[in-house]
Amino acid sequence: MSRASLRGKAAIVGAATFGIGSAPGHGAIDLAAKAALLALGDAGLQPRDVDALFVCLPQDFLSGLSVAEYLGIDPVISDNNRTGGSAFLTHVEMAAMALDAGLCEVALITYGSNQRSASGKLVGATVTSNDFETRYRPVVPASAYALAASRHMHEYGTTRAQLAEVAVAARRWAQLNPEAFVRDPLSIEDCLSARMVSDPLTVRDCCLVTDGAGAIVMTRADRAKSMPRPPVYVLGASSAITHREISSMPDLTVTAAVDSGKRAYAQAGVSAADVDTVQLYDAFTINTILFLEDLGFCPKGEGGRFVEGGGLAPGGRLAVNTNGGGLSCVHPGMYGIFTLVEATRQIRRECGDRQLDKADIALCHGNGGSLSHQATVILGSGATL
Amino acid sequence: MQEERALSPDAQFDAHLAEGRFMIQRARRSGAYVFYPRVAEPGTGDQELEWVEVSGRGTVYATTIIRPRPPAETYNVALIDLAEGPRMMSRVEGLDPESVRIGMAVRAAIIEEDGRPLVIFRPEGATA
Repeated sequence: MSRASLRGKAAIVGAATFGIGSAPGHGAIDLAAKAALLALGDAGLQPRDVDALFVCLPQDFLSGLSVAEYLGIDPVISDNNRTGGSAFLTHVEMAAMALDAGLCEVALITYGSNQRSASGKLVGATVTSNDFETRYRPVVPASAYALAASRHMHEYGTTRAQLAEVAVAARRWAQLNPEAFVRDPLSIEDCLSARMVSDPLTVRDCCLVTDGAGAIVMTRADRAKSMPRPPVYVLGASSAITHREISSMPDLTVTAAVDSGKRAYAQAGVSAADVDTVQLYDAFTINTILFLEDLGFCPKGEGGRFVEGGGLAPGGRLAVNTNGGGLSCVHPGMYGIFTLVEATRQIRRECGDRQLDKADIALCHGNGGSLSHQATVILGSGATL
Repeated sequence: MQEERALSPDAQFDAHLAEGRFMIQRARRSGAYVFYPRVAEPGTGDQELEWVEVSGRGTVYATTIIRPRPPAETYNVALIDLAEGPRMMSRVEGLDPESVRIGMAVRAAIIEEDGRPLVIFRPEGATA
């Protein structure tokens, strides 16, 4: 049986960030609007040109309505999917389907948060957790990832120093990105001696708490060719859910990225070996190791060794999170949108000092909940069609 | 029995704990155990769930340590695989949090915390 594929049906024609790091004087919706306007400007469009709107602001349950009203958009398609920080990658999947079906012409996906200026805490205080976990007072969300890390260490001998490699590589990329929020030097030793949050994860194994916004604009591939910027094509997109709370995750060392990745690769007609850069949701250092394994960049259990020796850093074996990731560039509560913006910038060759020599195929991967929801989007330059 | 039926599955679980019984649900048709409590077996949707007392035996599947600012005490959070199959979050007491090991055999106990009953685990063979 042939399976539906999104390959080459739609493209990203506008992408932008705004207020990366610290953006006082803006509410969350102001930031989302600013990023949206920049992305639309990049595509040569105005808000009134948008007819499909994809939004998920954490503190506003009806944010899809709020952003439509704020920007003056009358969408025929709208989606407020709440899968966690991966939501924006599922938005790409849904937008590509709606565009291909002819249900809409221009899709806007936008996100913004002022969590750093507003509270200094991770967005998510409004997320209700299962009482069968909260009664044991885990640190939410860090303990869920710490439990996964403990299991990976137990089964595969992964070490804290290997986790630290992920943080250090992210910092080295951030040092090449003027937009990144944290660019100070960071060593393996710094990570190992940092304050524990939930063993074995220290504060250096955890993403930043920042402000920031990101947005992308998509249209059908035939229309994309006449847009001002080089189109970045969606080659494949798929997502999967295994659980909500960590205690219901079938195997803490294997995420649903195995399934989302397999389907996205099949649509795109590529494998991990064809991917030039990976932009993934590194909420915690263990995420990077798990996703690289589950997405086929190394065998299961080998992730720790794969990242050793600066494996993911500039000049390493695989260019991962070239903006500095959630660990060093930006993490305004939900990070997924930034994987898409950075991949678009790499494929368009706009990345300055951190630009990769070859950046035709980028794999973006989002995580939602506690390793619960996984969404993979594979993007390609015009040369890949 | 009438009173039991008036409680939500969550509340029924806690009511059993308050009586000193650690009970979880089992699907009548498949015989599979279900935890956390719910109205139907996941996957099949079978609503014929019965409450059964578990053995209390378990194995540590994953473990972490929370270190709040003093004077609050360091504590363990663990995932425990029950002998009956389901996995649950809990904590292992009766030893330093640093000494909790994955694979360790543990046994359930019901304690009271913050005015409500709570299932915790202790190393197998340890005395309370």
